[in-house]
Amino acid sequence: MSMDGARFAKTAAIGPVPHDSAARHVAGSARYADDIPEPQEMVHLALALATIARGRIASADLEPVRAAPGVLAVLTGDDVPGINDTGPVVHDEPALALSGAGGEISYHGQALFIVVATSRKAARAAALLALIDYEEERPVLSIDDAIAAETYISAPYRMARGDAVAAIAAAPRRAKGRIGIGGQDHFYLEGQIAVATPGEGDEIHVLSSTQHPSEVQAVLAHNLLIPANAVTVEVRRMGGGFGGKETQGNLIALAAALAARVIGRPAKLRLDRDDDMILTGKRHPFRIEYEVGFDDEGRVLGVRFEQWANCGWSADLSGAIADRAMFHADNAYFYPAVEIVSHRCRTNLCSMTAFRGFGGPQGVLGAERMIAHIAEETGLDPLTVRRRNFYAPMGAIPVRSITPYGMMVEDCVIEEIVDELAAAARYAERRAAIAEWNALNPVMKRGIALSPVKFGISFTTTFLNQAGALVLIYQDGSVMLNHGGTEMGQGLYQKVAQVAAAEFGLPLSAVRITATRTDKVPNTSPTAASSGSDMNGMAVKDACDQLKARILAHLGAPDAVFASGHIRWSGGEATWEEAVKSAYFARVSLAASGFYATPKLAWNRDTGTGRPFYYFAYGAAVTEVLFDSLTGENRMLRADILHDVGRSLNPAIDLGQIEGGFIQGVGWLTTEELVWDAKGALRTHAPSTYKIPTAGDRPDEMNIRLWRKGENRELTIRRSKAVGEPPLMLGISAFLALEEALKAAAGRWRPLDAPATAERLLMAL
Amino acid sequence: MSAALTFLLNGETVEAPDAAPTTTLLDFIRYRRGLTGAKEGCAEGDCGACTVVVRELDAEGALRQRTANACIQLLPMLHGREVVTVEALGGAHPVQQAMAEGHASQCGFCTPGFVMSLWHGYTTGAETAPGAVADQIAGNLCRCTGYGPILAAAGRARAADEAPDDADRSRRRLGALRAKLNGGLDHRTAAGRFLAPRTAEEFAKAAEAAPEATILGGATDIGLWVTKQGFRPDMLIWLGDCADLDRIEEDEAGLRIGAAVSHERAMAPLAALAPDLGELWRRFASPQVRGAGTVCGNIANGSPIGDAPPALIALGAVVVLRKGAARRRLPLEDFFLAYGEQDRAPGEFVESVIVPRPADPMDLRCYKISKRFDQDISSVLAAINLSVEYGVVRLARLAFGGMAAVPKRAAAAEAALLGRAFDEEAVGDAIRALRVDFDPMSDHRAAAAYRTKAAENLLTKYFIERRFGDQRVTGRGRMIPGKLAAEAES
Repeated sequence: MSMDGARFAKTAAIGPVPHDSAARHVAGSARYADDIPEPQEMVHLALALATIARGRIASADLEPVRAAPGVLAVLTGDDVPGINDTGPVVHDEPALALSGAGGEISYHGQALFIVVATSRKAARAAALLALIDYEEERPVLSIDDAIAAETYISAPYRMARGDAVAAIAAAPRRAKGRIGIGGQDHFYLEGQIAVATPGEGDEIHVLSSTQHPSEVQAVLAHNLLIPANAVTVEVRRMGGGFGGKETQGNLIALAAALAARVIGRPAKLRLDRDDDMILTGKRHPFRIEYEVGFDDEGRVLGVRFEQWANCGWSADLSGAIADRAMFHADNAYFYPAVEIVSHRCRTNLCSMTAFRGFGGPQGVLGAERMIAHIAEETGLDPLTVRRRNFYAPMGAIPVRSITPYGMMVEDCVIEEIVDELAAAARYAERRAAIAEWNALNPVMKRGIALSPVKFGISFTTTFLNQAGALVLIYQDGSVMLNHGGTEMGQGLYQKVAQVAAAEFGLPLSAVRITATRTDKVPNTSPTAASSGSDMNGMAVKDACDQLKARILAHLGAPDAVFASGHIRWSGGEATWEEAVKSAYFARVSLAASGFYATPKLAWNRDTGTGRPFYYFAYGAAVTEVLFDSLTGENRMLRADILHDVGRSLNPAIDLGQIEGGFIQGVGWLTTEELVWDAKGALRTHAPSTYKIPTAGDRPDEMNIRLWRKGENRELTIRRSKAVGEPPLMLGISAFLALEEALKAAAGRWRPLDAPATAERLLMAL
Repeated sequence: MSAALTFLLNGETVEAPDAAPTTTLLDFIRYRRGLTGAKEGCAEGDCGACTVVVRELDAEGALRQRTANACIQLLPMLHGREVVTVEALGGAHPVQQAMAEGHASQCGFCTPGFVMSLWHGYTTGAETAPGAVADQIAGNLCRCTGYGPILAAAGRARAADEAPDDADRSRRRLGALRAKLNGGLDHRTAAGRFLAPRTAEEFAKAAEAAPEATILGGATDIGLWVTKQGFRPDMLIWLGDCADLDRIEEDEAGLRIGAAVSHERAMAPLAALAPDLGELWRRFASPQVRGAGTVCGNIANGSPIGDAPPALIALGAVVVLRKGAARRRLPLEDFFLAYGEQDRAPGEFVESVIVPRPADPMDLRCYKISKRFDQDISSVLAAINLSVEYGVVRLARLAFGGMAAVPKRAAAAEAALLGRAFDEEAVGDAIRALRVDFDPMSDHRAAAAYRTKAAENLLTKYFIERRFGDQRVTGRGRMIPGKLAAEAES
């Protein structure tokens, strides 16, 4: 792995410094919610889960639960003072299904009631003792089931530009195909957890492993019928999130808060891994169909996509996720005429939710399948087809620059990145060598593929594109930093601290990073959509700017520079500490709250046009695989990645996001297979049965580089670009490489559904 | 009277006379001792976030060290041993520094587990080539990093200034503890009894006297009954303190592996019998599970998808069963009667397994097909052992896992090969015969059709590999570049 450290180290604070908690991580002293010492009086909770996928509770006898050793209380929907609903957008998500004598069951694993007990073991054991009779109905599980039953979360949504049908009809060549795409479990290493501590009156404090403290706060307020100002939600760090803690922590936090209120003691709910995987949502399974018209050169003339998302039992964030799949049905390709129709299927599975990429990966995979199909039909190298369909480069005449939703792609650098990567990875040369190798090897086959990604950065729910920060300077010059972003491993806290330190010209050690709390910064957006550093970095910069302006006004030095712990201006110089002290004595406020609202956004969902994204992030990967045509087994031999993160705030953290995202994307498309049985029960609910990549799955040769020319043309924080989600889609190159190897074995193209497990690959032969 | 349950925790002597026998080491260190570095990620030994190091003295007083998943180690199994958690490393150990400076942590939740696996490698002088390190951390899952920086950290740590070796101190402490405890453990609590006899003789008597008791080996299966199914037995009798069962005897004929021998200890002797046994055991679960789990336990629990039985059956292994003073021997394949049912009487236990040496180490080839290469359960495991003399098949033992309710020989396929010229026709007949031998099921690991096709193709693979060498995706250093066709032509 290479690192262009020197180029980025423009100031001491900006550069490849380790994660803020790295030393604590390795020492085992970084505290997660379950690591905080438990007070003697703490009670422990368990959730009882439904054992059918669809139907009604006919009768429920909870006496055996109440009578079990250690049980203090059993709480049902009747015990929730408020709406008994945890739905983030639409209130269609009953928190506890058991209410009164019955209740409707919408998926296998749905939470029925809460057991409060003196120990975790007692609570979990008791939760299994309820005598529940169900009136079972036939569940709607698959996309096909939902189409047949006509069950949808919301109406279909359409985006179009030009007359796609006519363009396809008039095209010299046409192709039609489809791809089924599996879901993915987040498998954050730290399972869902919340610890609630009752305060005075109606006050409650909740430690929650959540990406969205403000929403947990709102959910608690609605359900406990208390004002938001009575609820404080705090999160110092999560042991991984990946989108799985954007909304899925709501119920966990509510259970803890409800129990704490009812019992009057601190309450903790930590889910067992199996329960976590059964109860909580996952990446949406999709089906994407396409019909494309193209010319002999492989250029798309018109295309229609029809996307079906399996949303599970409730809306959750599925609307925005399915929208994002549509926004990425173009990936990096210009479509002269296009129509995209999206269907949001309601099924009796867990409620599919946010997962790194948020629908984007499925949309991109649909586009890449279509491109592969065109390559197959035309006999062209797939990379040639990709190149011919790219959006026009930045600075070129914008004739091939408009997206299906009417936004101009003004910053397209994909061609340059792909060319640079293809050369560095010797794509053409290796592709030829592999073809020769394959001709000589009847059993083992190799495949190579390059895939690009263009990813839109901003929440497409426009109002979420705002962030707040609180920066405090104390008399000794030390700085306390707080903002609405949450830390789940992505290095956001450190990047934002680097921004603050650089703004003040201080070493990083002068800036104290503190836990995200709803009582410090209100009304925050989820840490999601890759937007954490962009938005919180700017909000912090705003606060720093205010403080700097006050200090400068106090010093009477408008032209001063903050650097190396000093403030220097034409008339003099002061140390940071001196300046702060003197500002304090002059009664200057040393606290500031910063704010940021992403500019330029204008998205009109009714017309399906506008500018939903501030900018795009780009990257590309070349992956080579080895495939065993007798067993379907395969592994990656080499991966080369070139990714644009703009001017990196922290190249080490960015490289980590790229590598981790790539491997996670590969896992999604290869070994991570979710299996539900015919009754809707998840059969892969633990690491013994659900297989995320291990160290041995990493390709032996991996070359990851940040694109040297990267610079955000928009005025983002220090001209950086978001990096959290886009690299996940680079894993698509591995899937395409497997299809290439399979083609070498089968003698012809055999398009696969994802994930491409060894079984799928072998059975396709 | 035995001594109270006592062990060393980061050098400190800890007694837990009142701990329920099924208390897990992880719960004990996290919630009773406040050592929260080790995390619970899955409570089934599959993620490694709870990895700790366990040290003990063997019969000769030499220090043994292994990594363990604290989540499925039952506390009494640590009696007389030392547990090292991440807290003992102090934060500045070369492994920790290499991890921190090398950006090997993101969310950090899995990190203490990785640190302990790497520390184990560091203190035992394990290889630091990335492929070797990948094997050492195969039992640790990370969802953030993509593993590159972690793999690199092992080498960086080795290149740094050497950390002081605490093995001698540990050996002395364990010696002193052993002298003090002086005997086996009979841990009786209100929640049940945990008995740890010291000899095979004592064990056999205890098991015969308490036929309803659960016999415990490494707890890599029973530990999950405890954490996932609420298993709370009245009595556990543990094999792990019987020094005379913790032996591997080797002679011209092969190996005899005692009941208490872990997979990790058996690995090298097995690999010496046949290279493919080494490769199979390399991919057997994870270092943590291999360090705790026993070869005989993998037989005794009767799983249709255990990795050891097919390979051992293919070699003609014999299992030695003991009840009281009475012993009997069974061909291993006859031990498995039906799903969940073995030929073992109450009070009887698997005392050892005798593994014959193959005529030629390369006669045996083992193929493990699983969704993921490392730390996964087989969907199909084929172990094929053929002796071919002058072109004729003189011995044919084909055993499969994942193809039936028990690990099973492919009798019809064997018959199709035996005495025949080893050629495509015979192999084709054997492949067709597999349909007579097996009618596999579909589950979340694999569909029946895939199992059948893979099993058939593995016979083809065996045939090809015997002629042209290995054709495999896995097996680091064993990947074959494009010489096959050239050789085939010559």
